[in-house]
Amino acid sequence: MSDSAELVKRLLKGDRRAVAKLITLVENDKDAQSAKIMHLLFPHTKKAYIVGITGAPGSGKSTLTDRLTLELRTKEKTVGVIAVDPTSPFTGGALLGDRIRMKESCTDKGVFIRSMGTRGSLGGLSRATNNAIRILDAFGKDFILVETVGAGQSEVDIVNSAYTSIVILVPGMGDDIQAIKAGILEIGDIFVVNKADRDGVDRTVMELEMMLDLNPKKNIWRPPIVKTIASRGEGIEELLSCIEKHRSYLESNNLLGMRRDCRNESELMDVLSYRINKYLLDDLKQSGSYTDLLKKICEQKIDIYTAADEILKILWKKS
Amino acid sequence: MFEKDKLEELKKEKKEWEEGSLKKVLDKFAERKDEFMSISDAPIERLYTPEEVEGLDYSEKIGYPGQFPFTRGVQPTMYRGRLWTMRQYAGFGSAEDTNKRYKYLLDQGQTGLSVAFDLPTQMGYDSDHQMALGEVGKCGVSISSLKDMETLFDGIPLDKVSTSMTINSTAAILLAMYIAVAEKQGVTPDKITGTIQNDLLKEYIARGTYIFPPAPSMRIVTDIFDYCSKNVPRWNTISISGYHIREAGSTAAQELAFTLANGMTYVDSAIKKGLDVDKFAPRLSFFFNSHNDFFEEIAKFRAARRIWAKIMTEKFGAKNPKSMMLRFHTQTAGCSLTAQQPYNNIIRTTLEALSAVLGGTQSLHTNSMDEAFALPSEESVKVALRTQQVIGFESGVANTIDPLAGSYFIEAMTDKIEKEVLEYFDKIEALGGVLTALERGFFHKEIADASYRYQKEVEAAEKIVVGVNKFTTGEETQMNLLKVDPGVQKKQEDQIKALKDERDNKKVEELLEGIEQAAKGDENLIPYITEAVKEYATLGEICDILRDVFGEYKEQTVF
Amino acid sequence: MDKKIRILMAKPGLDGHDRGIKVVARALRDAGMEVVYTGLHQTPEQIVEAAIQEDVDAMGLSILSGAHMALFPKIIDLLKNNNAEDILVTGGGIIPKEDIEELKKIGVSAIFGPGTPTTEIIKYIEENVKN
Repeated sequence: MSDSAELVKRLLKGDRRAVAKLITLVENDKDAQSAKIMHLLFPHTKKAYIVGITGAPGSGKSTLTDRLTLELRTKEKTVGVIAVDPTSPFTGGALLGDRIRMKESCTDKGVFIRSMGTRGSLGGLSRATNNAIRILDAFGKDFILVETVGAGQSEVDIVNSAYTSIVILVPGMGDDIQAIKAGILEIGDIFVVNKADRDGVDRTVMELEMMLDLNPKKNIWRPPIVKTIASRGEGIEELLSCIEKHRSYLESNNLLGMRRDCRNESELMDVLSYRINKYLLDDLKQSGSYTDLLKKICEQKIDIYTAADEILKILWKKS
Repeated sequence: MFEKDKLEELKKEKKEWEEGSLKKVLDKFAERKDEFMSISDAPIERLYTPEEVEGLDYSEKIGYPGQFPFTRGVQPTMYRGRLWTMRQYAGFGSAEDTNKRYKYLLDQGQTGLSVAFDLPTQMGYDSDHQMALGEVGKCGVSISSLKDMETLFDGIPLDKVSTSMTINSTAAILLAMYIAVAEKQGVTPDKITGTIQNDLLKEYIARGTYIFPPAPSMRIVTDIFDYCSKNVPRWNTISISGYHIREAGSTAAQELAFTLANGMTYVDSAIKKGLDVDKFAPRLSFFFNSHNDFFEEIAKFRAARRIWAKIMTEKFGAKNPKSMMLRFHTQTAGCSLTAQQPYNNIIRTTLEALSAVLGGTQSLHTNSMDEAFALPSEESVKVALRTQQVIGFESGVANTIDPLAGSYFIEAMTDKIEKEVLEYFDKIEALGGVLTALERGFFHKEIADASYRYQKEVEAAEKIVVGVNKFTTGEETQMNLLKVDPGVQKKQEDQIKALKDERDNKKVEELLEGIEQAAKGDENLIPYITEAVKEYATLGEICDILRDVFGEYKEQTVF
Repeated sequence: MDKKIRILMAKPGLDGHDRGIKVVARALRDAGMEVVYTGLHQTPEQIVEAAIQEDVDAMGLSILSGAHMALFPKIIDLLKNNNAEDILVTGGGIIPKEDIEELKKIGVSAIFGPGTPTTEIIKYIEENVKN
């Protein structure tokens, strides 16, 4: 197993294998190894612009991500892509098939694509995914596109990791806008109506506009709606220009810094809660007092909240 | 078929049998399995009696051969008039190598040709293209230009021999070449007979040799329908295929349903383009798999004819009986053959060929015993051909038409498959038709699930494969396998270079531009391709133009 | 440690028959592995590049077209040139016995031909990936 310091050195020199191995290390690790790596990499992570891409399965996320990558490359930007697919909760395995859509970018040295399974993380992007973003950032990528699973909490929580969040819809597929989960529609900085050659595209756009009109949190940025046919590369130039506009908007209103802070804090809380759970609670869980309390709850002698109070008291005493 | 009273009586008798003799035996000896299923997991009953075909109207559902609904066959005399065409799919190496094999097969009694092209030819690449590396001549004959085609059919009279070409994305180009070769022999297009597979929908679903996206592919397909109906009237313009869908792992009902749904899509597309159904439909043909569940396959073929006849009349208003006839070619199931104990494959192929014949196929390819290792050797393809000849000339099954009609089992199965197919039609319709269902991964999911389920059943020995999970020996059988001349690639590369030096390159460039313009518009592409091919524009050159205009298809990710 | 076996599954060359590779991919997923599936019509360069970026432990290549003696060596070479020889190279498809022996000599670890149970493939990979 390569020394992580050595790998970081190689990464900073542009070694793709080192990048890949570092991502594997943070994926397979819960805390200690990631801590070492992130400590070394952190000073180098501030350049990349992170874009989150989310939408229901079948909305064309991967194709759109691929086209966006190609478009960015014509503007000579380097791109990191992280494609997240669901890990089976029963078997622990995953079928990571997003690369199928990204054949042209595969051998382009300016692009680095990594497929990741959710590996049981329930909400948002896993610590590993966030660390992978930082690794690609340190590797020098101008843009990092994070394509989420598209079902469940991770769709909404992408906003904690990305600066610009793109929500993709498809005419006719998700039925009415009203039926779509409220959270997703609120996090979109840009909305894409893909497969825009299908029937119902104008109605979808209109419904989106109406929903945006009703949004009580109206701030200065009105999310644009872009029609695309990703499979034909149509609308992608416009999409990229919206991303750039959003970026300028954030920068000129000091909001980019705020989003960065949000991201940092969210990752901090993630690491903290893991550590608290592990280092404080793990020990306690082995102890007799914990199992006693559980028994008492079972016997209806004590309620859950009171038990929690007792546990906190024990922890306070310990510290 | 039976009167109500009689049926009630029969039901009583059956019940007595079940509670009497049958129970006596079952009390002592259980049956081999709890449930008996076909290979497609269709439940098979212990016994079929008149009860199972209650209400079956002979005239309406079974009828007479050569007459609606064609359940018993598409011709009134069937094999008593003429045996099915024995048409072995063949091709490898260079055009010269394959020409030799064709002459051998025709000498051995084969009655029609069937061309297998290598992957570069199927995928629109010349032999000297980077993507052709290692593939030239490996699973079919290498054709990069008209010159190759001329060599392929050298000494073979195209007014006497019918040729089926398994070619899809590049079908227009190969057809144009075939017509040009025939003309050089003095045979005019109106005299040539044969088929091009030309079925793009199944490529997206199961076979993978697609180039362009669905819309331009459908355009080329209907251009061919139109062109041939006017200029090449004896040519089958499409072979709507279920073989590959079945090979990819589908069930029998799925094979039939998806194939016929694709067929409807093609008919629809042609009608929308302004073609008269009775002008092009008579030249549509089909291609099915003959798998190893003997009776299920026979029922499938009969159901196919009946369903298609009803579709053509009820949905498309066809008036010409020829439009209603489902004519088909069959290939025995490659995926049923094993690498272990390969001689067993001869037996499998025999049974599969027999069900195709009992199912009324118009032409038949039988696989060779070395299917799991390589392309057929001369020896093994001879045995495969003899299989058909023994069935046709010795077994007597061709003496009467549709001999299994009236069997309670067969008629019940035929009805059952028809019902299942109609349910699939409803599902596809509800999804918005074949093209939308394709986009949504419907076909891929059905096939992936069926193939995974089958694999699990084999690994659990719930489905037996002799020599693989039962009666295994662990020994390896020595076989003399066909080897493709590795020098073919270089030979082809040299030839292409020489060709490009000899031909009128200016003319070729003009003609290629003509194709580009036509492709961007909506003129029929075939005349343009024909002109270019005659001047020795290569297959790759023509496809590069079309790739630029139409784009390339990206596969589905569905497991 | 949450270590999972990562395997790249691809079809090099022009062969479009993907029933086998899809069944194996699904079986490997069901055995707890992360399967990076890159699909049809892959060039050796695309395969090796993907293997490197995805840091896979193994790859499974399916070839039924007869082009295996041209494609496997190219892939093995590219792996060597990229210092990625630790990636286990396995394959399947229609590959005659003599060719299997040749392929093993140049660095292909195993060929799983027709009739191989998926359980055998899973076992082999689990036992042979470098940890």
